[in-house]
Amino acid sequence: MGTTGIGASIPRQEDHRFLTGKGRYVDDINRPGQAYAFFLRSPHAHAKINSIDTSAAKNAPGVVEVYTGDDIAADKVGGLICGWLIHSKDGSPMNAGPHPVLAQGKVRYVGDHVAVVIAETLAQARDASEKIEVEYEVLPAVVDLTSAQSGAQIHDVAPNNVVYDWHLGDKAAVDKAFASAKHVTKLELVNNRLVPNPMEPRAAVGEYEEGTDSLVLYTTSQNPHVARLVLSAFIGLAPEHKFRVIAPDVGGGFGSKIFIYAEETICVWAARKIRRPVKWNCDRTEAFLCDAHGRDHVTHAELATDANGKITALRASTKANLGAYLSTFASSVPTYLYAPLLSGQYNIPAIYAEVKALYTNTAPVDAYRGAGRPEATFVIERLVEIAARELGQDPAEFRRRNFVTTFPHQTPVIMCYDAGDYDASLKKAQEIHDTAGFPSRKAKSESQGKLRGLGYSAYIEACGIAPSAAVGSLGAGVGLWESAEVRVNPIGTVEILTGSHSHGQGHETTFAQLVSGRLGIPIDNVSIVHGDTDKVQMGMGTYGSRSGAVGMSAIFKALEKVEAKAKKVAAHVLEASEGDIEFKDGKFTVKGTDKSADWGTIALQAYVAHKFNGQELEPGLKESAFWDPTNFTFPAGVHICELEVDPATGSTTIERWTAVDDFGNLINPMIVEGQVHGGIAQGVGQALLEAAIYNDEGQLITASFMDYCMPRAHDLPSYAVGITTTPCPSNPLGIKGCGEAGAIASPPAVINALTNAVGHENLQMPATPERVWKAAQGARLRQAAE
Amino acid sequence: MYAFTHHSASSVSDAVSTLGANEDAKFLAGGQTLLPTMKQRLAAPPHLIDLGKVKELRGIEVQGDKLVIKAMSRHYDVATSDAVKNFQPGLAELAGLIGDPAVRHRGTIGGSIANNDPAADYPAACLALGATIVTNKRRLEAEKFFTGLFSTALDDNEIVTAVEFPKADKFKYMKFRNPASRYAMVGVAVAKTGGTVRVAVTGAGSDGVFRWKAAEEKLAQNFEKGALEGLSIDPSTLNGDIHGSREYRAHLIAVMAKRAVAGA
Amino acid sequence: MPTVSMNVNGRQRSADVDPRTLLVQFLRENLRLTGTHVGCDTSQCGACVVHIDGEAVKACTVLALSCEGSNVLTIEGLANGNELHPMQEAFREHHGLQCGFCTPGMIMTAVDLVRRKGNNLDEHTIREELEGNLCRCTGYHNIVKAIAAGARNMSSMPQSKAAE
Repeated sequence: MGTTGIGASIPRQEDHRFLTGKGRYVDDINRPGQAYAFFLRSPHAHAKINSIDTSAAKNAPGVVEVYTGDDIAADKVGGLICGWLIHSKDGSPMNAGPHPVLAQGKVRYVGDHVAVVIAETLAQARDASEKIEVEYEVLPAVVDLTSAQSGAQIHDVAPNNVVYDWHLGDKAAVDKAFASAKHVTKLELVNNRLVPNPMEPRAAVGEYEEGTDSLVLYTTSQNPHVARLVLSAFIGLAPEHKFRVIAPDVGGGFGSKIFIYAEETICVWAARKIRRPVKWNCDRTEAFLCDAHGRDHVTHAELATDANGKITALRASTKANLGAYLSTFASSVPTYLYAPLLSGQYNIPAIYAEVKALYTNTAPVDAYRGAGRPEATFVIERLVEIAARELGQDPAEFRRRNFVTTFPHQTPVIMCYDAGDYDASLKKAQEIHDTAGFPSRKAKSESQGKLRGLGYSAYIEACGIAPSAAVGSLGAGVGLWESAEVRVNPIGTVEILTGSHSHGQGHETTFAQLVSGRLGIPIDNVSIVHGDTDKVQMGMGTYGSRSGAVGMSAIFKALEKVEAKAKKVAAHVLEASEGDIEFKDGKFTVKGTDKSADWGTIALQAYVAHKFNGQELEPGLKESAFWDPTNFTFPAGVHICELEVDPATGSTTIERWTAVDDFGNLINPMIVEGQVHGGIAQGVGQALLEAAIYNDEGQLITASFMDYCMPRAHDLPSYAVGITTTPCPSNPLGIKGCGEAGAIASPPAVINALTNAVGHENLQMPATPERVWKAAQGARLRQAAE
Repeated sequence: MYAFTHHSASSVSDAVSTLGANEDAKFLAGGQTLLPTMKQRLAAPPHLIDLGKVKELRGIEVQGDKLVIKAMSRHYDVATSDAVKNFQPGLAELAGLIGDPAVRHRGTIGGSIANNDPAADYPAACLALGATIVTNKRRLEAEKFFTGLFSTALDDNEIVTAVEFPKADKFKYMKFRNPASRYAMVGVAVAKTGGTVRVAVTGAGSDGVFRWKAAEEKLAQNFEKGALEGLSIDPSTLNGDIHGSREYRAHLIAVMAKRAVAGA
Repeated sequence: MPTVSMNVNGRQRSADVDPRTLLVQFLRENLRLTGTHVGCDTSQCGACVVHIDGEAVKACTVLALSCEGSNVLTIEGLANGNELHPMQEAFREHHGLQCGFCTPGMIMTAVDLVRRKGNNLDEHTIREELEGNLCRCTGYHNIVKAIAAGARNMSSMPQSKAAE
């Protein structure tokens, strides 16, 4: 089975249905008798609600019901939660304001849910929503991070709009190192706010089954079991055993579909109220307004170096915008997913980071592809690039001199890097890229009136999230294991039930490759079942590049159990002792004999149970496992961006992109490369194109693709992708994870290349043509003056 | 969308009489701007008069010394028409820069100019080339047709039936796109006919498409990009937004104008 | 409600529709052809691209009533039975899709591109022609490769099928 096993770049098992229009996304699902929900949203960023009059809407054609926050309160529907408790420097717990699923007396951002209209058709629901009369008392809006602390208070529990004031690291040691530094590099950085924009907008169908008094929610979720847990245990809609959550084909997530939102909650709650299925489909403008956004940091960072060009310390002070409410995992992103990565690939003896998280009257901010790690990588990779330039050193050599070279390596900020070879990736990237040829390419560009620049990014990330006890000690409200079940059918076909969820990652292929290779059966005899809490025993879902390292490890563990059980059955069938049974390439043999039985025979025998005593050995062949990782995994690599700038217009063209990544062992290199491509595109989007912009009144100006610039095909180059491999020692497959790497690595590579091209460092993301033009002007003026 | 009544017009006269008979009715040409606007509930015409089946509004031909493009000719038709390519290749090129391929299969020249979006491309070509807008009632010079942001000289009960372009010796349109919407952030059309030069700018003017007369004068003396060296446009007359400030747009107009001259 | 009739994927279909019904709604809701997707409200993402009378259009920006008497081809009508169209096959082979949501529109756009620009497409042309199709997963790299390969493979198709 070498052709479909681990390491084979086989085409995807799931593709046929997507290619032929037979995918089944939530909006493709219609339930008999369903009604449609439309949400009336706040037009104001910050306002008191003095009254809501729904009487005209209730009488509008086709309307089934109209609900407001009062109905939610009367039904004692719990608020949305934030599942990671962060403590401030002074030991106090974070200030988490309530997050009702329909506004209660106050709205806190444009798009906040005020009321829901449920009608026979979507058009009728929308028509009726315009008949709801809301009397608002508009309050001053807090939009900007720099002024958030002095603005109007958004939540009663959060004076000065501070969610927490957190820190990590040894401040005294860092201050000491800076005091004796030979050189200090300082940097002000804005990590721009992004909107995730998976191409499939969120959608939900809620259903109530009266006969069993149970709920069903079809939802665009990356983690249906977590959704069920939160909706049951915290929001209190129904106990878990009366609640089924189904996440079928999901059209991309990038983090934004991890979270438990108001709309999905309301659909399933309202379905029980009206005794009919309730469907909601988010339009793109609603997605812009209400999906959790990403990033949005302002950081002051400093890097200390000694006389030998060695980094001695780093400090960073960050303000993080968490929006109007704390989304599901919001609090963890600018803390434990951020500061522990500030060491990058470097041996830095002392690091100190402080993070002030603030409420503003904007959409909630939570994890978006990379979550915290792109922000950290942007800090460290801009700092080292500038430090090298300031010290007159080659940026690659400066990095090389400071690389961690021995493992395990304990950083001063929690993480213990387990394996890596950073120099190998750098070397390989330089070769593939032909960095040696850059000066002549630059000269050629200049002869054509263009500026050319080259920038590096040597990133590291912490993936395979995460050891449960470790994250528990840091405030996580859940464990981050994964679960799997291997169900062998009597004819030998296999169903893998996994708590991971595929929304583009290709699990139906990669997970099947693991099984096909391990059991020696054709890949078409394996099916991967995911996204249904009634089928899959338990799960924590897909995010943080965890499906390979954690999800597949759980499958691996269950497969070990299946194999052990199958060997017991085989021992009976082959009339040999269990210790003499060997299993290879789908065949059971008895050591030292020519006796054998194939996989299908043993599967059947396990179920007919004719050859063994059912009291001594249980019939059947089905095992489950939970895998709790012992460490994070540490994918790392080097990306090189080379670009050309038209100084007359500020237009940037990326001419070359090289990515060399160490993801540990690869299951399907084709799929891995695809993940890298997509990640780079999102990172280039952040660096050059994308920004969520609110005006002073808290209106989102970039609320559609007309103003929010999504990367298009012609904005991007083709990428050269290379691989180096140090297997991950903390999981049985040696996998590190590849889903987020591109988005983490790429923004600093772009900005380092751009600043190299224009000749100075003052350029913030997104580096729009106008910003680049101004930067290029500045460089020209300086040149002229010199 | 709000509810509306759909009328499928069979001819220009049918379209016009349906328009007269229904208050606040609107023509639906290619729908590539109107339908998205209606979907977002920013427009709510109670009646839509669909021009899709009006055969007499289709067709492109050279009549003597002018190119006649009928109103329902799609951007795709103009971009790929041999008649246009032979008569004024820069005009075919411009049509091929509007929207995206699927939009060009629906959007029409008549719909575009009747809407007069300040970031649309055709108005710049019409002004630069001195086009004549033909309606069911009269013939209008482009200059008099475009009257400001989203407004034209069209009366009630008037419909654009064709646009006539006289031949220019040289014509080039340079577009700098808004990176998000892909509309023109700045579009500059330059046309030279004999000793006359016209320069029209779209995407940037605070009052829609306009002629850059200072540039025209310089270029009439010397049709070289160097003739525009040092010439600048007053940013205060321009439009600024998150994608480009007035100053940046003013700068881009000069850059695009020079490139248009060089490429004409 | 007025009635609309059109040929969809070779079958004559008609229905009474609210005039505000868009072609994409007619396909998805009346005909349950859910392969055509909606990813935006501003006619930009291209997830809804279908062919009307052989030309790619955005089904979210066409009224169903405007399609009276038209021939419409959707992603569901592209394959020849179980045999994938060469463009579909190329997307599979070159991993030109991840979540699959933009894929139907990408493929319908790509097939139309071949009709207009032929079987030998360079990278620059393909990237420019994808102006109206957004993908958030693939970074376009493999889509571009797939379209180039699919276009080449379409040259061996019978003329009539290739034109669709």
